[in-house]
Amino acid sequence: MTALLELRDVEARYGQVKALHGVSLAVDEGRIVAVLGANGAGKTTTLRAISNTVRRSGEVRFAGRPLGRRGPDGVARLGIAHVPEGRGTFAELTVWENLRLGAYTRRGSLGADRERVLSYFPWLAERRHQEAGTLSGGEQQMLALARAFMQRPRLLLLDEPSLGLAPVLVTEIFRIIRELNEQEGLTVLVVEQNAHLALQVAHSAYVLEVGRVALSGPSAELRAHESVRRSYLGY
Amino acid sequence: MTLRRLLPGLSASLAGAVVLALLPFALSEFHTALAAQVGIFFVAVLGLNILTGYSGQISIGHGAFMAIGGYTTAILSRDHHTNLVLTMLAAFAICFVFGLLLGLPALRLSGVYLALATFALAVSVPQVALKFDRFLGGSNGVQSRETVSHTWLYGASWTAAAVLFVVAWLLLRGRVGRAFRAIRDSEVAAVSAGIALPIYKTLAFGISAAYAGVAGSLFVMGTNGFAQPNEFDVVLSLQLLVGAAVAGLGSLWGIPVGAAFVALLPTISKDVPLLGSAHGQDVVFGLLVVLVMLLLPQGFAGFLRTLTRLRPRAGEGT
Amino acid sequence: MSTVAATQQNRPLRLALRPVNLVLVAAAVFLLVGCLRSEIFAQQTVAGLAQGAVYGSLALALVLIYRATEVINFAQGELAMATTYIAFQLIEWGVPYWAAFFATLAIAFVLGTAIELLAIRPVQHKSVIAVVIVTVGLFVLIDGLVTWKWGGDIKFMPAPFGQEVYHWGGVAISRQDIGTLILCVVTVLGLWVLFRFTKLGLGMRAAALRPAASALVGVRVDRMLAIGWGLAAVLGAVAGLMTEANQFILQPSLMQAVLLYAFAAAVLGGLESPAGAVVGGLLLGVFLNLVGQYVHFVTAQLRLPFAFAVLLAVLLVKPSGLFGKRTVRKV
Repeated sequence: MTALLELRDVEARYGQVKALHGVSLAVDEGRIVAVLGANGAGKTTTLRAISNTVRRSGEVRFAGRPLGRRGPDGVARLGIAHVPEGRGTFAELTVWENLRLGAYTRRGSLGADRERVLSYFPWLAERRHQEAGTLSGGEQQMLALARAFMQRPRLLLLDEPSLGLAPVLVTEIFRIIRELNEQEGLTVLVVEQNAHLALQVAHSAYVLEVGRVALSGPSAELRAHESVRRSYLGY
Repeated sequence: MTLRRLLPGLSASLAGAVVLALLPFALSEFHTALAAQVGIFFVAVLGLNILTGYSGQISIGHGAFMAIGGYTTAILSRDHHTNLVLTMLAAFAICFVFGLLLGLPALRLSGVYLALATFALAVSVPQVALKFDRFLGGSNGVQSRETVSHTWLYGASWTAAAVLFVVAWLLLRGRVGRAFRAIRDSEVAAVSAGIALPIYKTLAFGISAAYAGVAGSLFVMGTNGFAQPNEFDVVLSLQLLVGAAVAGLGSLWGIPVGAAFVALLPTISKDVPLLGSAHGQDVVFGLLVVLVMLLLPQGFAGFLRTLTRLRPRAGEGT
Repeated sequence: MSTVAATQQNRPLRLALRPVNLVLVAAAVFLLVGCLRSEIFAQQTVAGLAQGAVYGSLALALVLIYRATEVINFAQGELAMATTYIAFQLIEWGVPYWAAFFATLAIAFVLGTAIELLAIRPVQHKSVIAVVIVTVGLFVLIDGLVTWKWGGDIKFMPAPFGQEVYHWGGVAISRQDIGTLILCVVTVLGLWVLFRFTKLGLGMRAAALRPAASALVGVRVDRMLAIGWGLAAVLGAVAGLMTEANQFILQPSLMQAVLLYAFAAAVLGGLESPAGAVVGGLLLGVFLNLVGQYVHFVTAQLRLPFAFAVLLAVLLVKPSGLFGKRTVRKV
């Protein structure tokens, strides 16, 4: 079975500085895969390489076909939703406009999608006309998830969803991610510094070090792995 | 700075100086006059570059300072029979003060707002000159007491250009220049490095205005000593900006090219055959401005930079 | 979370009490009272509103482009003038006025997007100054092309609304002024509907605000910019055609003064604010007329410098314009 997403020997650079030195990974449909690693390991760059917001070489295949030279908007149209670092919130627009933008690539009416989104994030209804920038950090993160969900993507790329959030909110967000995966069959590639939480939610994971894949495997295996425990889980 | 790094610039300047000194002997009167115009624009564009390229404050109003300098020369010459070279010094000083004065409110504005405020200034100048006609002569302008030959103007403008170029070079490689560049790149960072923004920003305005004033002074001498409002309209300010951009902001070495571009092109485009009328000149000039910017967005200096980057450096392995 | 919601509820009230809005209300009251008390005042106000509607339309075009591309388009006025000449040519060829009008709007849209594609896009990401200079070059180029093709002499176009003047309670109001006001209002409203309620408009707003985030949700940012330039050109065409109708004559210098007033109006309103540009234009038009009528120091020559003096005064108090958002620069 071909994976939904496949990276083969992907290199990426920021100007003259190379950030990825040949990363290969695969994400099967319907799974949650985590990308772990320290700061600067290249986790965010990996996601950027997929949505082509960084100069990359090597092959990225989605549903068996190479992404080629498609820009980020082309990648989005294929059914990949990328929630970047900083959440990509349109702070000056309202909550509802943010959600409408999430559905930008979709045709037809948004009624059914709106219902589904509200079933996961009921509090969005009363905040519809609020400026998105006035939401708290946790609310913005959930808005970002809701926006990505409005796109009805096949693959969700999440960059550090826990960043800057209180633990209680982080747990909530990961609960929603797992629910979206189980109920809607959403495939998720999540980059996380919080290895503990990520390994609880993800089915498998890759550990990046200095722009290369150092380890990979099912979450249970990695959790038990000596160096992972020492470097990322703290025990 | 080592002599080696200075060498290309130094040799270019010396070569340029030699060429300039010998040029009048080879050129006709008409062409000498044109060359003098290039010298005048050289001074003005240099001044604008100090403000916009080095300290990062955009001005689309430097024609106003040229006007002040030009009228200073004309009035001093007409009313006080002042020696023309002295009037240039007076123009420098007066415009320096005006520049400082303008720099103060400019501290409150940034980016495009500053650009439009200076633009407003440029637009208003001819009208103001027309309104206050008792002192400034209205539409009749002000006529200086003496006129000069093309060769004299050539000598004066290029001497001024050379002197002011050296002054600028010294200024910009020293502490003042570093402060300017720091301000241009990031005001916040500059302040945290202890640079007093108000002082340096107004200083930049003062210096660049003074340069424009000298250029204006020479400009009036070039129009038979006659200072007139519509010589200093908004188009002049736009020409200066175009010249600075074509030269390449933030560098001194492209300025001759920028100055030549705006001083010579309108005249040259008049001779372009295909379009016939005088309006063909606008088409050609406009088209060339667009094309030059599309091809060389960083100006001539940027082009030079790319050239030096492409040349392989000695002593580096593959 | 509850405190945020609470502040949100107070928002309408806080919005109403903002100093800018109070100033506007005061101005409106002043104008109303003046109109009721003096016929000349009323006449100048109406004429000023019509003139201001034109300034506001062109100012809106400038703001649209500034928000999308972060540059001031110096060629906006000349492009508006050129499209007016195109309308003139169509009419010369026998096309009825209003058919030519709408055809010109369509042509203007195409020209605007073409300019963005050919002259702006290549340098857009390289250097802001380069883009500004390109627009300056276009200014000269378009002016030259028009003068070359049609000559610099005066031309005449039919009056779109007729020459009638209505008398209403002693106040003389021309049909032309009413027509200009209605046309500009309709155009601006149309754009407002586009931006607020359509997917395309949302995409354009998003692309102007946050291009990177927009690309990630599938917005074709480059295409949005081109469309923005096209719409700005359409606004310019309306402004140009109405200016010609107001002045009765057509010549290459048609829009040069209007462009300058439009700059003033755009900055007055705050370059980021479309509403500000329109309001700024109306205010400018009305007050310049009134000042010209009642303040004798400000002669016709000084009208433009006076407008800019007012503008500079406003900027010194509120550096980001009347409706501009205050960016905190603690330096």
